[in-house]
Amino acid sequence: MTEPPLLEVAGLSVDFATRRGVVRAVRDVDLSLRAGECLAVVGESGSGKSVTARALLGLAGAGARVRARTLSFEGRDLRRLSGREWRRLRGRRIGYVLQDALTSLDPLRRVGHEVAEALEVHGLAGRDDLDDQVIGLLAEAGVPDPDVRFLQYPHELSGGLRQRALIASAIAARPSLLIADEPTTALDVTVQAQVLDLLRARARAGTAVLLISHDLAVVARLADHVAVLYAGLVVERGPADALLRAPAHPYTADLLAAVPAVDGPARELPLARTGPPAAGGCPYAPRCALADDRCRAEPPPPVPYGPGREVRCFHAGRERPAPASGAAAPPRVKDHAVVSVRGITKRYRSPGGSWRTAVDDVSFDLRAGEALGLVGESGSGKSTTARIVLAEIAPDAGTVLLDGEAWSAPRERARRARRSRIQLVDQDPLSSFDPRFTVERVVGEAVPGRMPRRLRRDRVAGLLAEVGLDDALLDRRPAQLSGGQRQRVAIARALAPGPEVIVCDEPVSALDVTVQAQILALLARLRREAGVALLFISHDLGVVRQVCDRVAVMKDGALVETGDVADVFRAPRAAYTAELLAAVPRIDVGRTAGRAAPAMNLEGLP
Amino acid sequence: MTAPGSYGVAALPRLRVGAAQAGVALAAAFFALVCLAALAPGLFAHGPDQVNPALALRGPMAGHPLGTDQLGRDVLARLVFGARPSLLVGVGSTLLAGLAGSAWGLLAALGGRLVGEAAMRLADVLLSFPAILMALLVVAVLGPGTRNAVLAITVALAPGFARVVRAQALVVRGSAYVRAAVNLGLTPARILLRHIAPNVVAPLLILATINVGTALIAGASLSFLGLGPQPPAPEWGAMLAQARDYLDASWTLALFPGAAITLTVMSATVVGRALQARYEGREAG
Repeated sequence: MTEPPLLEVAGLSVDFATRRGVVRAVRDVDLSLRAGECLAVVGESGSGKSVTARALLGLAGAGARVRARTLSFEGRDLRRLSGREWRRLRGRRIGYVLQDALTSLDPLRRVGHEVAEALEVHGLAGRDDLDDQVIGLLAEAGVPDPDVRFLQYPHELSGGLRQRALIASAIAARPSLLIADEPTTALDVTVQAQVLDLLRARARAGTAVLLISHDLAVVARLADHVAVLYAGLVVERGPADALLRAPAHPYTADLLAAVPAVDGPARELPLARTGPPAAGGCPYAPRCALADDRCRAEPPPPVPYGPGREVRCFHAGRERPAPASGAAAPPRVKDHAVVSVRGITKRYRSPGGSWRTAVDDVSFDLRAGEALGLVGESGSGKSTTARIVLAEIAPDAGTVLLDGEAWSAPRERARRARRSRIQLVDQDPLSSFDPRFTVERVVGEAVPGRMPRRLRRDRVAGLLAEVGLDDALLDRRPAQLSGGQRQRVAIARALAPGPEVIVCDEPVSALDVTVQAQILALLARLRREAGVALLFISHDLGVVRQVCDRVAVMKDGALVETGDVADVFRAPRAAYTAELLAAVPRIDVGRTAGRAAPAMNLEGLP
Repeated sequence: MTAPGSYGVAALPRLRVGAAQAGVALAAAFFALVCLAALAPGLFAHGPDQVNPALALRGPMAGHPLGTDQLGRDVLARLVFGARPSLLVGVGSTLLAGLAGSAWGLLAALGGRLVGEAAMRLADVLLSFPAILMALLVVAVLGPGTRNAVLAITVALAPGFARVVRAQALVVRGSAYVRAAVNLGLTPARILLRHIAPNVVAPLLILATINVGTALIAGASLSFLGLGPQPPAPEWGAMLAQARDYLDASWTLALFPGAAITLTVMSATVVGRALQARYEGREAG
């Protein structure tokens, strides 16, 4: 324990000069990481976690001003490095895994080249053994059939394989530090589990891993130490076990409470307060349930809190008042089906000329007022099913009924008048708004009937109030809104025609957990009050557990299991459902057993 | 470098931005001036057709700041009064080409497979001829004159617009906001008018500004060949053509109409490019 840490950061600050003044993205951050350890930097978008990572790679960018009291890696002072020295360090001693594997790989180069480049640039391989080394690295990163894969192009690989190829390239030069920025965000749960296992194996082999993530479940699975970032400040740090079991900072506690759990009973997620970080005093004060005058006046200094822990809070570890739980009546689920899907099948011709079955003989009923979850990995046919239910595309076989009347079969002209009964909330609300429209016009367009503009504006304001938005937003453009506000606007628009069904296609997957919890609570409330049925498509089983009454599991276009959410998640009948559930990272209190348990079979994967 | 990534914001790029903005402002001002001259030439000069043989083919002098032509007419006055027919051909044909091309492109994008294929193959065939050749062909069929020159250039430019409009319309048609509109139960006609057409036309206005330059040159070329506005109407291309016969006697006679055409084309293009950059920047932001 006496050896000096591999990476030592003290007083790291990163400022950006913008037109509206200096933005302090990272403030006085201390980090320390030893070989073989994994340190997770956690925070929501805008907390400065990625800026921290980039500063450690010398990539903070033009316009960034980086300062630090200590910035040492392997005993070298990084503050004095020239651009050339940084290049020699990056890839050689510090590996970097980016979030988006598709855009990080050159589409015109074979995967093997990408990995080989890391070796060649640093002069680590000769011509003769280069191929062997690359194949060895890909195998090490868990890529099956590496001797075939290394000749393929990125588009021929699945998302998980691309991410592994990227990791192979990051570890090619045997760096002593691996920085992984949201390495699993875009991946399905089973693939996510494999990538996390791979990173843990690297840490066991002696590589230090700096994990940047917003996902506490991922962090719980991988990290030894955690630093929680809010508004560029480390608000809490400590050993992962202790910190996740008994969070001391109210922000950490709120984050943990907002994570939807796969197991345990469905609960009303606590509604965290919203608001931008405060400029003076504790930045979290505007959202904190414990904030008092002192918090608003002076910034709390970091204070020790138990072994190896440190918290920036005057009320560290204090019990937060229980949020007023919406002790509301459960939604009324009626017995008749609003949407009946009967044996729908959809096939597409792939570029090779062969036919691929996207949806294969799928049948289910969505009852009035019910929330039905549709889960499965990417490519399982969830979204195609949604499009057929929305009658955007026609099934090749089978039929969809809406309120017992033919819905998928009639011509569009005959269907149009009934479209108001079934609405859509998309994953990316911004792209579903006409870029020229203000919020008023976006929502106003969905308000049925002819009426004077004044009246329509009032109706829109009423809808915005219903989804928790201020009518000051009426004249704003959606691009100026935050992610959570945009999704609320999308929900307001979906509510405007008074639908019986809302199809939600991954409605919260692009949001931070606290915002996600708010949107889920909003959907639950609308279900209760408006009696809307939800067809809720998600790859996140925790979210489905919290929102839905019933769940349908899809694999390769077919339904493998349908049933009550609690039953299916407690005792899955289909092997695939069990596999999905096992792969979900959990925040367990007694984590040590759980960490080693889900040993994923890396062989025989696509 | 004192710390990783601590680069100051260099002063030079900022200076360059300032210079570029000044250039755009200058171009916009010049183009506005030309437009004003086209609308109300009387504000700037008088008597473009006043003949004075005693003062023929002079260089710049008092009373005639840009000199006189072979009939002793004031070159400045002719340039000012020439702005209208010159711009009429350039701007008019661009507008017509934009309208025709928009309809053509929208039809190609939204009109079903057969119609779309036919429309785009036709555009391909027309685009395979250089614009000026296409315009010459049309004038050869219709005969010379201002109106026919405008029509000729319209025919030459429209397929280019059609192609851009079709590509943009396909993007917009596949967008999530059109999907949302369909799900709201809006009729196709309403979606076309409210969502597709406006989002296609906004970037088109910029393309049109840039195209004004091309059209101006094409118009001037046609009248240089005697196929545009007929004498004695003052038109820059025609003035340039006449000046060619008197280059030995007065070289400035060709200089000023040439400069007028060049500067107008340049300013239209600079303004168009600036609008384009601004639009794309806003798109990205």
